[in-house]
Amino acid sequence: MMGRTIFIDPGRCIGCQACVSACRECDSHRGKSMIHLDYTEPGMSVASLPSVCMHCEDPVAPCAEVCPADAILVTADGVVQQADTTRCIGCSNCVNACPFGIPKIDLQAKLQMKCNLCYDRTAYGLAPMCATVCPTGALFYGTLEELQAERPGVQVADSFVFGDVVVQTGVAMVVPADKVQWPVPGGLPVVEINGKDVR
Amino acid sequence: MTATDPSKRASLPIDPSIAPPGTRNFRDAGGIPADQWHADQNGETLVPTHCCFCGVQCGMYLRVDKGGKVFGVEPRNHDINRMRLCPKGINAYQQVNHPDRLTAPLMRRSRDEEFKECSWDEALDFTVSEIRRIQEAHGNDAFGLLGGASLFSEKTYLVGKFARVALKTKHVDYNGRLCMVSAAGANKLAFGIDRAGNPFSDILLTDCLLIAGSNVGECFPVMTQYLWGARDRGASLIVIDPRETAIARTADIHVALKPGTDSAFFNAVLNVVIAEGLTDEAYIAAHTTGWEEVKKTVAEYPPSRSAEICGVPASQIVQVARVFAGADRAMAWHARGIEHHSQGVENCLSVINLCVATGHIGKPGAGYGTITGQGNGQGGREHGQKSDLLPGGRSIGNPEHRKQICRIWGIEESELPGAGTSMMEMVWQMQRKEIRGLIGICNNPFVSLPNYAVVKDGYDTAEFHAQFDFFLSETAANAHVVFPVTTWAEDEGVMANAEARVVKHNKAQEPPAGVRTDTWVICELARRLGAGKHFDFPGSREVFEELRVASAGTVNDYYGITYDRLDETGGIVWPCPSTEHPGTPRLFEDGRTYHPDGKIHMQVVEWHPPMDAYTEEFPLSLTTGRTVAHFLSGNQTRRLGALVEQTPRPWVEVHPSHGFRNGEPVRVVTRRGSEVFPALVTEAIRPDTVFIPYHWPVPTSANALTIDALDPRSKIPEYKVCAARIEAAERVDEVPAPPTPPGREAYPEAQVSRTDPLPPTAPQGRGTAERS
Repeated sequence: MMGRTIFIDPGRCIGCQACVSACRECDSHRGKSMIHLDYTEPGMSVASLPSVCMHCEDPVAPCAEVCPADAILVTADGVVQQADTTRCIGCSNCVNACPFGIPKIDLQAKLQMKCNLCYDRTAYGLAPMCATVCPTGALFYGTLEELQAERPGVQVADSFVFGDVVVQTGVAMVVPADKVQWPVPGGLPVVEINGKDVR
Repeated sequence: MTATDPSKRASLPIDPSIAPPGTRNFRDAGGIPADQWHADQNGETLVPTHCCFCGVQCGMYLRVDKGGKVFGVEPRNHDINRMRLCPKGINAYQQVNHPDRLTAPLMRRSRDEEFKECSWDEALDFTVSEIRRIQEAHGNDAFGLLGGASLFSEKTYLVGKFARVALKTKHVDYNGRLCMVSAAGANKLAFGIDRAGNPFSDILLTDCLLIAGSNVGECFPVMTQYLWGARDRGASLIVIDPRETAIARTADIHVALKPGTDSAFFNAVLNVVIAEGLTDEAYIAAHTTGWEEVKKTVAEYPPSRSAEICGVPASQIVQVARVFAGADRAMAWHARGIEHHSQGVENCLSVINLCVATGHIGKPGAGYGTITGQGNGQGGREHGQKSDLLPGGRSIGNPEHRKQICRIWGIEESELPGAGTSMMEMVWQMQRKEIRGLIGICNNPFVSLPNYAVVKDGYDTAEFHAQFDFFLSETAANAHVVFPVTTWAEDEGVMANAEARVVKHNKAQEPPAGVRTDTWVICELARRLGAGKHFDFPGSREVFEELRVASAGTVNDYYGITYDRLDETGGIVWPCPSTEHPGTPRLFEDGRTYHPDGKIHMQVVEWHPPMDAYTEEFPLSLTTGRTVAHFLSGNQTRRLGALVEQTPRPWVEVHPSHGFRNGEPVRVVTRRGSEVFPALVTEAIRPDTVFIPYHWPVPTSANALTIDALDPRSKIPEYKVCAARIEAAERVDEVPAPPTPPGREAYPEAQVSRTDPLPPTAPQGRGTAERS
């Protein structure tokens, strides 16, 4: 069962970038935002979508798996931390490996940085800065039960399909009720793999 | 006790024992009230206060370092916003110690000279001598005063008193005139009270929410939590807006009507409500006057006729009527989209007529409200800063009201001037040399007033102009004297938000050396003008005590609100007549209004076309509005790096049918002039409408193009509609940097973004955000 985590609800996002500004304020990487805000259909719609690190669980953090310097640590409770500054060599392997396009490289500092779920705040029971300020609740921090108590009937998914790979994540996404049985399509169009419909 | 007293601060040192045992599993950690958390043990403290920007007035903590300087923000679990903040609120603290802050008075004897820093005595003496010179030669009314709705209510009270008692002029007004005065006028006409009928929390209880002319997602982002909260309960959402905004995108019904046709639409909705027998006849009979006349008028607006006027399907009008009137509890909230019109008051009245006729008024989850643009847009006019009002919302033309205020102020009634003119009218009077000198306090008309050429001409014609501000705004750059004053974080005072909830802002740091509070400057000017005995106020607290007394017994009764009560509560909603009174969050629960007869006075509304006629030469509607990263004239937000990066420049939103490519330079021409903007080609706007956000100065200023036509009753300018055409252009003019105070470099981060030569693929927020 999911514990406290971030739930992303793109239907509520108004594209205000409060999460981006709030992320900059976080003490662990002050001045830089680790959140992306994407506009999914520019020119057609004002729809937008915040992307935070999905804290992959299965396979465990592709970014960490490919790191040649063992700089990306995963805590016992599943938080994929940003690179250890004493180890990171700035090679960008993690950037290439992440199916969600999350880690960023500061080329000058030769350092990878990414969302670490505001470990400095969550360790004290607080919500991450982005989910704290999100004016609309497009980023919600809590348990599934807490989310469902606030938003009756809401359904979430925590697995995503990329080609023939299904990635299970620690961060979940609000999806339409009829889609919850299936992994949410990831960054690529869903296709049949060897004659098998992976949806 | 001052607000900097450590006991006032919500600072808690980190105690290892408060970290739950076994916090290795962070997901199961919890139990610490989020707003009691503290970032470090280095002497940092949190000062509870509110955001300085819009009328939602979110609670926040300012983080103050051990040296006493504001250096950050922390969300605050306040009733209004429950930790939520928008990007402007998060970045607001950066202006407090910004390198562009003015820290010494600036002065020049003519506009041909450069500004020079000078002493406070020199600046004050020069200002007083100019006031005297102009008033002796041309009469007291030749000098004017323009206040601001970003000021604390104490300061707005002082502005009104200073104009009438020290300057002895009738010409005082404020920039809230550009904000919600249409709604205020309508509310006063219908209900005898000038404020929203319900608190934000009532939105959570409604079954149908109608939002008219408000881009809530960008202008009041934190309010969306109430919208989604209502929808979680199953409420329907109706949005009336020519653009498909972020909230319109998810609405049950989005009516994309043509700008300037709102009252035709609402009259037709009421027409259908009557035709389908959905009115609440018992409520109407018991609590209203004027219904028969209203009924007769809306009979002239069948859906077929209004559909043609508004450019929307008649079926949508019928649908809105059925959903709104059919709901058990329905609410209507509106903002500048229907208020910024030459019939702004009528537009608001047409919404009120709909709420009243369907009985959706004065109940939990049923009522009306206007969402204030400026932090103190509501409180800013309540205590005498508006040209026709005295403290407590008293009318300056009412002999009894005049007598009451003269008694409190200790002046003869004959000394109290009558009603003056509105903000735009004062500019016209400056052009005609009827007003020859002006003091502006925390406003920036060079960006915020319509028809820039007229505004510039008016100010250039004035013989003397002084401005209070903490940054050198475009308007301050035109002045003879600029007084460097405090930000909201360096003083204490109250503001009234869109719910009429009075909240207290606390002082988080001492002002920089050389900077004084607006209160000090006003009182010092008054003293030098010989009116010192009426302005013996050491600070906001003493002004508030006089304000409380001056409002006692009026509709806008603040008497029961004290600083101590505000410190203990999440704010108190006026009227609050005694210190035991809990405040009045919801109006008309007993069915009685504030008119002497206790009735709702329904008003007849006839639609008429916008003032700027469409012709073959100017076939399109130009409408303007805000973007989420900037606030009003942008004087504050255009200097903050993160916000400049988010939205570096304005754009023009055009429908794909015009054949432009995204980012292509487009010339927008109106009868006032022309300017070039990068195109944002989007299907989220009507083909006959173009949109420009208004936060920037010329040469990319929306308000260089808008019309200075006014609503005859509220005198609000018609920002939201004028006739325009668009054509291809060669290049986009670069957005100029804000003026730089003498001896200071512009803020480097903002400057870098501003000089970026190319518009992003989609100028604001509609393209893919850049990833670093």
